[in-house]
Amino acid sequence: MTGIALLIASALLVGLGALGCLLWALSTGQYDDLEGDAQRILIDPPEDQ
Amino acid sequence: MGAIGLSGFRPELADDLSRYLKNSGAGEERFDVMVKGARCAGCIAKIERGVKAVPGVRDGRLNLSTGKLVVTGRNLRPETILRYVRDLGYDAQPFDAGEMLDAGDREGRFLLRCLAVAGFATVFTMGLTDAIWYGGGDLGGEARRNFFWLAGAVAVPATLYSAQPFFRAAWRSIRAARAGMDVPISLALLLSLGMSIYQTATGGAHTYFDASVMLTFLLLIGRYLDHRLRDRARGAARHLLAMQTLLVRRRAPDGTIQTVPARELEPGDMVMLASGDRAPVNGVLADRGTELDLSLVTGEVLPQAVAQGAVIQAGSVVTGMPVMLRTTARVEDSLIADLARLLEAGQQVRNRYVRLADRAARAYVPGVFILSVLVMAGWLIAGAPLASAVTSAITILIITCPCALGLAVPAVQVVATGRLFRKGVFVKSGDALERLAQVEKVVFDKTGTLTMGNPVLCEGEQIAPEILQRAARLARASRHPLASALAEAAGPGEAAGDVREVAGSGLERGVGANLERLGNADWCGADNPGAVQLWYRRGTEAPVGFCFEDRIRPDAKALVRDLEAKGLLVEMLTGDVPLIAARIAGEAGITDWHAAVRPEQKARHLEALAKSKIRTLMVGDGLNDAAALAMAHVSIAPGTAADISQKAADMILRGGDLMPIAEAITVARKARRLVLENFALALAYNLTAIPLAALGMVTPLIAAATMAGSSLLVTLNALRLMGGGKS
Repeated sequence: MTGIALLIASALLVGLGALGCLLWALSTGQYDDLEGDAQRILIDPPEDQ
Repeated sequence: MGAIGLSGFRPELADDLSRYLKNSGAGEERFDVMVKGARCAGCIAKIERGVKAVPGVRDGRLNLSTGKLVVTGRNLRPETILRYVRDLGYDAQPFDAGEMLDAGDREGRFLLRCLAVAGFATVFTMGLTDAIWYGGGDLGGEARRNFFWLAGAVAVPATLYSAQPFFRAAWRSIRAARAGMDVPISLALLLSLGMSIYQTATGGAHTYFDASVMLTFLLLIGRYLDHRLRDRARGAARHLLAMQTLLVRRRAPDGTIQTVPARELEPGDMVMLASGDRAPVNGVLADRGTELDLSLVTGEVLPQAVAQGAVIQAGSVVTGMPVMLRTTARVEDSLIADLARLLEAGQQVRNRYVRLADRAARAYVPGVFILSVLVMAGWLIAGAPLASAVTSAITILIITCPCALGLAVPAVQVVATGRLFRKGVFVKSGDALERLAQVEKVVFDKTGTLTMGNPVLCEGEQIAPEILQRAARLARASRHPLASALAEAAGPGEAAGDVREVAGSGLERGVGANLERLGNADWCGADNPGAVQLWYRRGTEAPVGFCFEDRIRPDAKALVRDLEAKGLLVEMLTGDVPLIAARIAGEAGITDWHAAVRPEQKARHLEALAKSKIRTLMVGDGLNDAAALAMAHVSIAPGTAADISQKAADMILRGGDLMPIAEAITVARKARRLVLENFALALAYNLTAIPLAALGMVTPLIAAATMAGSSLLVTLNALRLMGGGKS
């Protein structure tokens, strides 16, 4: 029974952690421009010489 | 109507735009720019790097979804930044600060937060309750009860938080005494939570904690998709608004020139209009005569000469000498009064349309309530205890909760608008697609819709190349549409530097035997002008005439044939003269056409069609089409259309092609079929589940499985719209 209790508690913690990450990403505007972010990976970094 | 029609006055380097600068803290300033035309990674890189090269700029970031470029730095020069972006080939306007706080954005974020919470709670609760259903036998009563309490501790607050959008909407529709899907949804959620708590407390075997969060989760997906669709449409409208935040040069009484938004103009103000500028409001020419391009107002392609003191309507574009306009009206009073009234009437017609989903809800919601009351009454009459009768009634409400119905429409519409977007059709609202599917007749405007909307040199091969080149050297110095058309026909080359522009007549350079003139017949001494609009003459040589015509778009004929193959009637309405209308109609293959139709007649024609129950698609671009666009059952405007026409239309074409119109109708019809299929699927699921629920045979496991299953089915069905349409 203790095993189950531990498992459930850790599942809850991990889940809440993931939820927290998502909410944080939302509040910092990381979902504001999905289209732009998808395109940005195609931009070459400026060449430093 | 080309670039001239779309562009208002462009703020130049000399104009003071510092009022658009905002303080962004830490001694830095911020300038928001609306950028039009950026679509890819290359555009982002080009614009951001370009802007960062401007002195004073620390950072520039472009949001590709909204088209907003945020520039931060010290001592920013907005006009320099605007010029940089424009030099890169993108249309740019200062973003109005008043529209910054956008409720749509906040609502979208709130929905996403709700979605995240509901998703987390769904997974967690299912993990707990599924264990009971599958391995329930091994768990003692006490352990099972603890599991339920734990599931409830997560599910109840999560549901109450994330179902807020439904609760609010339900409350709104109760107060308005309307039947909406949100009322049974909210009721089902609250009842299932209440019943589950009761069951847990009394040691019952069935709880619906997982079902209620899962229901919330699935419904929120539909709600979020719907919001995204509407937000994108709103974003486009906002974009249009920002692009047309018309700035004008106003001359103050002390003679200084200020740059102000057009909406701040008062009657009696003096406004400077350079060549290419559009009159922002109605007014009177104060200082001298000029030439005007009235294509936005009347649909007439060729510019007309007007004298000092002439009354000018908003939307006229100056193509001749710069003038001073004494305004006689404010912006909102500047539309022709009739046009404004007709636009409003059209909007009301539009509002009367009831979306498919709402129509389904109107039939569905009362049915569900009556059914659950009947079931409860049936159990009581059959002698069942009150508790189990109530349980059965609640189960009916939960099981019939229109989960799949909530997804049925938005899922299809998101896929459909996405597909059309890739084909170059921008759909401004979801119900526009529904209306497009019902169309029986298509009415086209001529100028700028079926035709290119700008004059093209005809029979150019009959003119000696040498003369064409000499005339073009003069023509390149002017922004007059005919001169531009001539320069276009002559190909690239240099412009003569010493060209003098004579208002109402034309262009000239040189003196004596070398005097060259390009202009109207009188000025060039042509005796028998006929239909020829532009003449060129050097010294005493005989004048040479150039005639121009408006060319039909290359795919107009194919489109008309395609529409007729779809069983649609095709008609053309134009303000132009019958001779030209007949030629264009003939070339496009349209037999039903009317020429010399005034703007209000166009709108009235559409109104008459609506009265005789013919659902009409209007395709038009001019200011003179705006009322007709608003009056039609559904409307499409080309991307080159007047601002107000783009605003009045339901859909906007992005490129110069017309064929996407046919594609839009095909997709709309398919989408409608899929929506109806989805309704049928959702209903079939409910019809099988209701008898089981009424008999008290539905366990929470069955409820959860069918709910998720039907939602999945509906979504997959919607995705069928993605494929196909290879062209």
